[in-house]
Amino acid sequence: MTTKMMPNRQVGRSVKRLESHSKVTGRAEYTHNLRLPGMLHTKIVRSTVAHGLIRAIDVEAAKQVPGVHAVITGEDVRKFIPQPYFGPAFHDQPILALDKVRYVGEAVVVVVASDPHIADQAAQLVVVDYEELPAVFDEIEAAKSDVYVHEELRPAGTFPDLKHLVGIRNTNIALDFSLTHGEPEKAFAEADHVFEHTFTTQQVMHTPFEPMISIGEPTHSGLTLHTASQSPSFVRIEIARLLGWPENKVRVKTGQLGGGFGAKLYIKLEALAAALALMLNAPVRVALTMEEQFYTITKHATTFHIRSGVTKDGRIVARDCDVWWNGGAYADIGPRVTQKSGFTAAGPYDIENVKIKSAAVYTNRPPAGALRGFGIPQLVWAYESHIDLIARELGIDPLEMRRKNILRNGRPQATGTIMKDAAIEQVLERTAERMNWSAPFDKGSGTRRRGRGIAIGFKASVAPTTSVAMVNIAADGSCSLYSSTVDMGQASETAMAQIVAEVLALETENIRVVRPDTDITPYDMATLGSRSTFHMGNAVRLAAEDAKQKLDELAREVGLTNASDVPLSQLFIKKYGMQAGNVIGVGTYIPPYKSPDKKTGQSDNATPFWMIGATGVELEVDTETGHVKLLRMVNVCDLGTPLNPKVVETQISGAAVMQIGFTMSEIMNFDAGQVTNASLADYKIPSFHDLPDLMENEAVDAEQTTGPFGAKGVGESSTFGVSPAIANAIQDAVGVRISSLPITPEAVYRAIAAADNRALEEE
Amino acid sequence: MPQTRTISFTLNGRPVNAEIEAHHTVVELLQERFALFGARESCGQGLCGCCTVKVDGEAVSGCLYLASFVDGASVDTIEGMATSGGLDPIQEAFIEAGAFQCGFCTSGFILMTQRLLEEHPDPTPDKIKSYLSGNLCRCGTYPEIIKAVQLASSKRRASKAAA
Repeated sequence: MTTKMMPNRQVGRSVKRLESHSKVTGRAEYTHNLRLPGMLHTKIVRSTVAHGLIRAIDVEAAKQVPGVHAVITGEDVRKFIPQPYFGPAFHDQPILALDKVRYVGEAVVVVVASDPHIADQAAQLVVVDYEELPAVFDEIEAAKSDVYVHEELRPAGTFPDLKHLVGIRNTNIALDFSLTHGEPEKAFAEADHVFEHTFTTQQVMHTPFEPMISIGEPTHSGLTLHTASQSPSFVRIEIARLLGWPENKVRVKTGQLGGGFGAKLYIKLEALAAALALMLNAPVRVALTMEEQFYTITKHATTFHIRSGVTKDGRIVARDCDVWWNGGAYADIGPRVTQKSGFTAAGPYDIENVKIKSAAVYTNRPPAGALRGFGIPQLVWAYESHIDLIARELGIDPLEMRRKNILRNGRPQATGTIMKDAAIEQVLERTAERMNWSAPFDKGSGTRRRGRGIAIGFKASVAPTTSVAMVNIAADGSCSLYSSTVDMGQASETAMAQIVAEVLALETENIRVVRPDTDITPYDMATLGSRSTFHMGNAVRLAAEDAKQKLDELAREVGLTNASDVPLSQLFIKKYGMQAGNVIGVGTYIPPYKSPDKKTGQSDNATPFWMIGATGVELEVDTETGHVKLLRMVNVCDLGTPLNPKVVETQISGAAVMQIGFTMSEIMNFDAGQVTNASLADYKIPSFHDLPDLMENEAVDAEQTTGPFGAKGVGESSTFGVSPAIANAIQDAVGVRISSLPITPEAVYRAIAAADNRALEEE
Repeated sequence: MPQTRTISFTLNGRPVNAEIEAHHTVVELLQERFALFGARESCGQGLCGCCTVKVDGEAVSGCLYLASFVDGASVDTIEGMATSGGLDPIQEAFIEAGAFQCGFCTSGFILMTQRLLEEHPDPTPDKIKSYLSGNLCRCGTYPEIIKAVQLASSKRRASKAAA
């Protein structure tokens, strides 16, 4: 790993996570652990049909169970909150279903009881009578269907670019992003070859190990929400909006998160916990099981039609991308995934003529939102499989094909934004070097065939967006950082402390990082999309610099040239005559950004920074079983200059392992809209046995000039290349192409059999 | 109201009593009666290992193991590992190797590592993978966990040699 130590030896040092001791002793402070006096427990009764009108709900038997405090329906909530609909992009999701249900597993009724087992038992006595409606599950079908999931579109006021969708009826398309760069039709007409393929991805789930949990607590001044959330500031704003309260009556506190990966963003259980706590005037805990998480938020299934116009010598001159996102029954952040990932759907290549259409579609499936990559892994799956197929067709080496077309700094990307601080070429070349690509490769023999593949992807960061941080220096010189960035395992508390320590010449280990609490820590948009290191990191750096400047002013005031001439505690004593007072530095960071033109998708500043990740894979296929063994995986990323090299390496490695699951085994299976494998027994996430025999990770020597100490986001980049690198290697090994995820042994075996013209029974 | 009964057992070396209901699991017993949250329920099916505790020296899934079964037994949890002398070498090794991210699965991995090293003091990577394959880490920190186990193994050997 690249390491660059900064002058004060805090940034660039592999600092051990500040919360290490608590995590190895079982004392980490998860919201999961919280018990409040008099706290009530809940169980949610969920829809058993994919689409239906609620005709009647019978709660009488459940209410009679001793220990039950209340059985609450959507209508009960509506009496308390007249417009009980939430969501970050669309206000389309009711706290409990109203009038109709839109997917199997949707929350319809909630039982509140003194004990979780009583709630569970009583929930089974609730009877809901539905009038079933036709349902639509597939994204392509839903886009054309006359079965409508919502009566009309209800975009939130938050995003000005969604305003034109207000009140539109008779559609399932929640957002339709389009981009045109150059003259694609003309370029296609003139191209020597045109290649066209379709790739699909499956619906999967984050499965954070700390299942989602929110506790509502009524207080004398309003409401406190203790919640395992990645976005406490958003929760406060949205709950205040639902209640018609000022923000300062809602307090949102997070603990350490037992994983997030995008599942714990925006509103999940918070609105229900808030409503119940206020309706019952008691602390109420809403906690899900692993199974229930599958009914709450997922990753979009997609269909991607991709078409490229190519010259004889392999230069891509035109590309047409048509991407359909299965958003499920509620939009969540899906429209943003659709738009943001739409920017880069044509891949990290210098293509002069590009057309992109990216559409978010409502269906009767569990909602889809953000999952580690914000749509990018689905896109890279398609464009990096596609380019390999083209290279094969033209007889060009896959690496050479990419080299010929790679997007370099100083060149415009599809949005028209000029590339800067994007080490795409370097990431590709380092991957090739580590793979020893130019050397001959042992392809195996008999029933064990070996192959290798590479893939590279990139991502635009989220914008517009704001982060605010505060640094507080106490009179003894000790220092606390106040930030609403949520540490869910990515070691953000440690990274932010390193930045403060570097600026103020303190020891990272001595910085106290105050966990998100909206009564105390300032606003931050959310912990998502690898934005914290860059956005909050910049805000923290500004806050620390502000504090430093104020300390210097204080020093001059008491007759010193600068603050570092004496211990900090002496400064305060000189000023106040005793250990008293404090110095507070504040930093606000809002990166420059220009929203793309609504018609053309063009913008001269589409992103605060670019993330780049490539993966190389060597594998072996057993042709008798279709089983794929990963022999070696190389992950290379441009992450700017790592703040904490050891943690950065773990992030690269961990994200790639997660993507191995989404590539090889994970899939939510459905029967009439019902998830049939919503448990870790039937939904297979990676274990020790799924690791590649060898795994290498590298952050290339790079700098994000606008980032804090040259750093930028880390958490997603190594997910980009994993899936297509594996599919490309399988084709190299056995000559078959897998175009749908996951790549199960059965899928490989069927493809091999089909290539041999051997007929197999249907699934 | 459900029937309750009182059980007596040894918890991290100290004798204790607790009132339980028949359906309570060990995780509920530890969390609700003793405010010990190191063993935690995640998958609820005994598959992920987040709820691992030791009963009479054997690792069990605390989310499935009924509290009534520990009557008279000896229960050890992650909270009992560190002594006044400091962290156990396995805990130190997990910190030094950076073998966790979100930390939700860490208690289980550390307790299983303890069992592994009791049975196989110097395990190969393959032995580590197979022994710990009943524990899952959604953050994918597996390579670092292998290093932590190897490091813990050498630390234990070093401390035995010193003693």
